[in-house]
Amino acid sequence: MKKIRVLMFGWEFPPHNSGGLGTACYGLTKALSRRDLQVTFVLPKKIGGLEHDFLKIVFANIRNIKIREIKTLLHPYINSELYDEYLRTAPEDKVYGLNLFDEVRRYGLQARVLALEEPHDVIHAHDWLSFRAGIEAKRVSGKPLIVHVHATEFDRTGGNPNQYIYDEERRGLHAADCVIAVSQHTKNIIVEHYGIPAEKISVVHNGIDYIDHKRYLSPALHNIKTEGKKIVLFVGRITIQKGPDYFIKVAKRVLEYEPDVLFIMSGSGDMEHQIIRMASDMGLGDKVVFAGFVRGDDLMKLYRAADLYVMPSVSEPFGITALESLANGTPILVSKQSGVAEVLTHVLKSDFWDIDDMADKIVNVITSVALKETLGQLGSIDVEHVTWESAAGKCNVLYDDIVNNAH
Amino acid sequence: MTSVCFYFQVHQPYRTKKYRIFDVGNDHHYFNDKSDLDINNEKILHKVAKKCYLPMNALLLELLKKHPEFKFSFSFSGVFLDQLLEFSPETLKSFQKLVGTGQVEVLDETYYHSLAYLYSKEEFKRQVTLHREKVQKLFGVVPTAFRNTELIYNNELAKTVEEMGYKAILAEGADHLLGWRSPNFLYRSPNTTKIKTLLKNYRLSDDIAFRFSSRDWAEWPLNAEKFSGWINEVNGNGNVVNLFMDYETFGEHQWEDTGIFNFMRALPAEILKNSDNDFVTVTEAAKRYPAVGEFDAHNFVSWADIERDLSAWLSNGMQHEAINNLYAMETEVLASGDEELIEDWRKLQTSDHFYYMCTKWFADGDVHKYFNPYDTPYEAFIAFNNVLHDVRLRLKTLQLPEKKTKKKVVAKKVSKKKVSIVKKVVKKVTKKVIKKK
Repeated sequence: MKKIRVLMFGWEFPPHNSGGLGTACYGLTKALSRRDLQVTFVLPKKIGGLEHDFLKIVFANIRNIKIREIKTLLHPYINSELYDEYLRTAPEDKVYGLNLFDEVRRYGLQARVLALEEPHDVIHAHDWLSFRAGIEAKRVSGKPLIVHVHATEFDRTGGNPNQYIYDEERRGLHAADCVIAVSQHTKNIIVEHYGIPAEKISVVHNGIDYIDHKRYLSPALHNIKTEGKKIVLFVGRITIQKGPDYFIKVAKRVLEYEPDVLFIMSGSGDMEHQIIRMASDMGLGDKVVFAGFVRGDDLMKLYRAADLYVMPSVSEPFGITALESLANGTPILVSKQSGVAEVLTHVLKSDFWDIDDMADKIVNVITSVALKETLGQLGSIDVEHVTWESAAGKCNVLYDDIVNNAH
Repeated sequence: MTSVCFYFQVHQPYRTKKYRIFDVGNDHHYFNDKSDLDINNEKILHKVAKKCYLPMNALLLELLKKHPEFKFSFSFSGVFLDQLLEFSPETLKSFQKLVGTGQVEVLDETYYHSLAYLYSKEEFKRQVTLHREKVQKLFGVVPTAFRNTELIYNNELAKTVEEMGYKAILAEGADHLLGWRSPNFLYRSPNTTKIKTLLKNYRLSDDIAFRFSSRDWAEWPLNAEKFSGWINEVNGNGNVVNLFMDYETFGEHQWEDTGIFNFMRALPAEILKNSDNDFVTVTEAAKRYPAVGEFDAHNFVSWADIERDLSAWLSNGMQHEAINNLYAMETEVLASGDEELIEDWRKLQTSDHFYYMCTKWFADGDVHKYFNPYDTPYEAFIAFNNVLHDVRLRLKTLQLPEKKTKKKVVAKKVSKKKVSIVKKVVKKVTKKVIKKK
């Protein structure tokens, strides 16, 4: 049988990503490249973004991945205001759209050209900004379209969707021959809010690559640990979806019982200033530390230094950071409204709004060595089964089915 | 001759409610969940009474009357009897009626269905005494045979129980200890002289307790005739077939629609059809049959899981931490003299609490999960751990403020007295000084 050729519309990889979507595209594509497939990966190329050298390193010795770039100002967490700002600072260049909507349209048209140049059997598009590109590609090639949902507008906005983005998502979902959701949680949202029949949606959970966690802590973190201070960690964009305000409320409640705890928040986002103010208003100025956007090795060290990783997301389609924490041996407390809760057993789960329940669990983990160690040890074994290989395998089955049915 | 020895374990723990860190110091009631959850002890007791205890007791009473040769043994945990007294006296009455026939033996165990033997021999003995008194009070009989929590057993325990005056003790007929030998004989621990050990025939017991309704089982459906046939096969190469199981097997683990009640209704008559068969209670078996060899258990065996060891209660760090912290308080709790505190501390010793914290099979979602009223072993641990904090706090407040207030009161009295004494002394001294002068 001929190799299936996949035309994939994805997003920038770490270290140039700004969230889980880039990490997911990277992990999945890498695992797909080890299978019997021919993947053309279309990359929206940001100014000052991914360098070609990096790609060469990532896909060294892998022949069946081909990278195509489209210059654009889009990135996964963009909104109209941000786009306008980018446009102002962008170098004089006529390639970009007048506003976000225009740019999304322009990106789609570019995809048409590309789809004509790159022969393919199936189109695979990640999240709403590339849905339109997928639709346009399908229009020229007539090949089946798979849209892969990593997050919906309902997750990102805490239930107050932007109408334009919602419409774009809906259009992509309805135009698709098959939908991939990163969790049952996300599948439910797609069925409920976008009117897609459940049988059209397959759940493919994200994964994680093996992490070698025998790293040394930085001197600062090492000092905190040797002083006997406990660390509770938040990693994520500081935005409504991730529940940073709940994290602060929980911190307050925990500190009433255990004063010697440091709450570290790593990430940046539109609620950053609000959350910093909130922490200081609540008198937690010296108890909550804002570490900014931390990535790579430094982030891994943060996970390792922490006694517990907390993910109080209001709605979390998956939550790769939770896997990263466990892979570093640090136990996790995740929101029940998260996809990652579906694939892990040895984790603590709470409703994101249940401050007392979260605080109760946090206090117990930082005061009981046995609880922390049992969760950490069994959790890191748990996470070994959540791999990109398995995700890529499920995608491959979907490709096979959809291509064979199309014939 | 082959004797069939049925022993039914009847137990319900006092499950702790979702007790949070914020409750510590504010709420000293740990076992009074009133929600729809499976940690509502009253709700569970009523449910099991309706599905199992009441219908099964009625059935057994009918069988005992119909077949005067039919006999069996019960072991009730003390915490189960307490819950009957508290929530369902009519169920207690139906058990008393059964024991009243004289065909039913009642065994002794630790009152709190605890692992006390592993952590405190003294507490173990105290709990056995409490149990004996309770059984005597409620059933008017004095037990002569003993079974330890979850059939946890070793040589040393057999010796201890022998010294306490029991004639028989129960254990799991574990293959790794029996080897080629049959569980259908009585044995003796190498360090004992009088007490006899009865071993559970786990194959035949589990055919009823676990496999009865399993359609994957080659012998399904099981009926009384077939089962009696297996009993008959023992004739000539065994004295007693020990069928040990949880009483909740009937109607709760195996639901009524599996046919379990009809199976039991027909079984005594089927077994008695063969005149070489009869029924015995545990102590009768020990009186009638000799010990044919040694059952040498250096390490603990139990009837739990495929491992038949202690790992269901004591395999992860949480379980060890929780139970060590609990028994570390023993001396102080008992010395406090506070009956409620002692009672709560003992209710926390029930083995089920540690079973709920087991992570061994958690991922597979099998029996441990089925029998776990908490969402995860971690939630079970957290509730228990918080309760322990409160128990510790109660202990401290009992010790500190009383002493303080006593001291203060005494100090005040002393201070008044002191003043007068000092005055007197001063007077005497001055008088002496004056005299000397």
